Amino acid sequence: MNFAITEAQQMLVDTAKRFVAEELYPYEPEVEKTDALPERLRRQIIARAKEVGLYAANMPAELGGGGLDTLSMCLLDRELGRANMALQYTVGRPSNILLACVEAQREKYLYPCIRGEKVDCIAMSEPGAGSDVRSMACTATAKDDDFVINGNKHFISHADIADFVILFAATGVEQSARGARKKITAFLIDKATQGFNVRAGYASVSHRGYHNCILEFDRCKVSSAQVLGEVHQGFAVANQWLGNTRLQVAAICLGRCDRAYELACEYAATRKQFNQTIGKFQGVAFKLADMALKRRAAELLTYQAAWQEDHGGMSDMEAAMAKLAASEALAFIADEALQIHGGMGLMADLPLERIWRDARVERIWEGSSEIQRLIISRAILRPLENR
Amino acid sequence: MKILVAVKRVIDANIRVRVKPDHSGVETANVKMAMNPFCEIAVEEALRIQQAGDAEEVILFSAGPQKCQETIRTGLAMGADRGLHVLTDERLEPLAIAKMIAAAAEQQGADLIILGKQSIDDDHNQTGQIVAALMRRALGSYISEIKKVAGGFAITREIDAGLEKLRITSPAVVTTDLRLNEPRYASLPNIMKAKKKPIDELSVADLGVDIGCRTEILSVVEPPARQAGVMVSDAGELVDKLKNQAKVI
Repeated sequence: MNFAITEAQQMLVDTAKRFVAEELYPYEPEVEKTDALPERLRRQIIARAKEVGLYAANMPAELGGGGLDTLSMCLLDRELGRANMALQYTVGRPSNILLACVEAQREKYLYPCIRGEKVDCIAMSEPGAGSDVRSMACTATAKDDDFVINGNKHFISHADIADFVILFAATGVEQSARGARKKITAFLIDKATQGFNVRAGYASVSHRGYHNCILEFDRCKVSSAQVLGEVHQGFAVANQWLGNTRLQVAAICLGRCDRAYELACEYAATRKQFNQTIGKFQGVAFKLADMALKRRAAELLTYQAAWQEDHGGMSDMEAAMAKLAASEALAFIADEALQIHGGMGLMADLPLERIWRDARVERIWEGSSEIQRLIISRAILRPLENR
Repeated sequence: MKILVAVKRVIDANIRVRVKPDHSGVETANVKMAMNPFCEIAVEEALRIQQAGDAEEVILFSAGPQKCQETIRTGLAMGADRGLHVLTDERLEPLAIAKMIAAAAEQQGADLIILGKQSIDDDHNQTGQIVAALMRRALGSYISEIKKVAGGFAITREIDAGLEKLRITSPAVVTTDLRLNEPRYASLPNIMKAKKKPIDELSVADLGVDIGCRTEILSVVEPPARQAGVMVSDAGELVDKLKNQAKVI
């Protein structure tokens, strides 16, 4: 097996590394301190990312995107993942699901997103519908040629800066082998639509400057031309285009692992206590060994899944293993890196306390660790059932 | 006008360099390599001259093992047109490199040769000067500014006394100082384009030069560890120590 990346991929990594160091790191203290990303700075980062070709790198080249394959996107996301979430997100990665847009929708939503003129967000979670997303209470009722939407969404990332929302709402009930279940449809809904309101979400321990929001729909009327994909086929669209988000989370976790791990190694090799560098104490040295081991394992699982996706498609189990391994490696590495730094690790002077705080959500969103284990265990047992 | 830019593959500037246990050189196995930062500045300047409409082609040159092509490819991803690679595993001194650059520039008909003022590994700061001497061309070393003018180039040199402004005739050789420009990113579209740009592989024999070494490396050692300083109580004690202990005044 050859796990070496290509010359072009290495150049992409070098460019991304420099971009993060020069265009994102300098603004981290400000964003962390103020919990805000000024619009002027947001525009500046978008402009620079477009110049360097990193904006919308996930989108097909023939549509004006970067045309990167899944593995290359993982390499890019890993580098971006080193930075604060608000800054990293600004580099721009329109949701893949927008590729399901039909031509008229492409002009209005997809192309402006690729050009960095518009930003999308995805609205799925509800207070009563987390991992069991299909139990959602937000409904869209067909009326003439329109749909009328009622209900709330929460935990909707960056809806405050988004220009439109990709909304998932229940449009009926159907019978399945496991009983009655809701039929889901995806909609493209502009911010200014009457009956649609976005308000600030909860104060969170993670992601300063990058906010979650609450979306309220009250008799919000949208035309059937706003349906993304087919009516009642919202999950089919999501499954086709959102599978890669688990790898994206894995790759971002790897970037954060890198930064925490590098800081820990440097500190262990230079900090002296009891007349020797603390790395010489086995208690610290073994932590580094375990951190290196978990990081490497997560890296290999992520790259292998991405490679598989580029060569015929990865399985749900491969994506789940990558996401699970990388998010749990990050939890471990962030915590141990902080421990190696002692009290200093908790201070805002270093990025460690931020990486440690931000790490927690990675084991929850895009499918919690428990859901990932469910996916993996089902894939193991499925061939053994009904014999 | 054609511009030839020499690019050298060196240990990445962010890597801590380690001496080999047998003191024959520094460790390069499994160490991240990159384009010499001064060479990046040289590539950037060539591209700016080309973008200003004063050059038709920017050709990159590198000599050394196969992996040097990665360094050339990085320059192509910045925007240069094509590459020349002299494949050799020999140890190369500035004189040998300069002879190869001169021969290649002659073959390619390059009117302007841009080099970094020095490489961050060997720190010789000789190659550009030797190329100019071998080719009997005008030399502008340590430039912080260059502009094409009728019959040559207007350059600014960074010297100890300040800035020296000169006009040199074409064809010419210039070496870049740190403040000449800020090298661009290899953008994603250019990285993709670079895959298809040609790199011609040459042998030393193709250039017909003798690259034999005139020096021999006896030993490479780490710089001595810095001794801890001492606090002196007053100026008198300082002067006394400088005079009698350090014996420097």
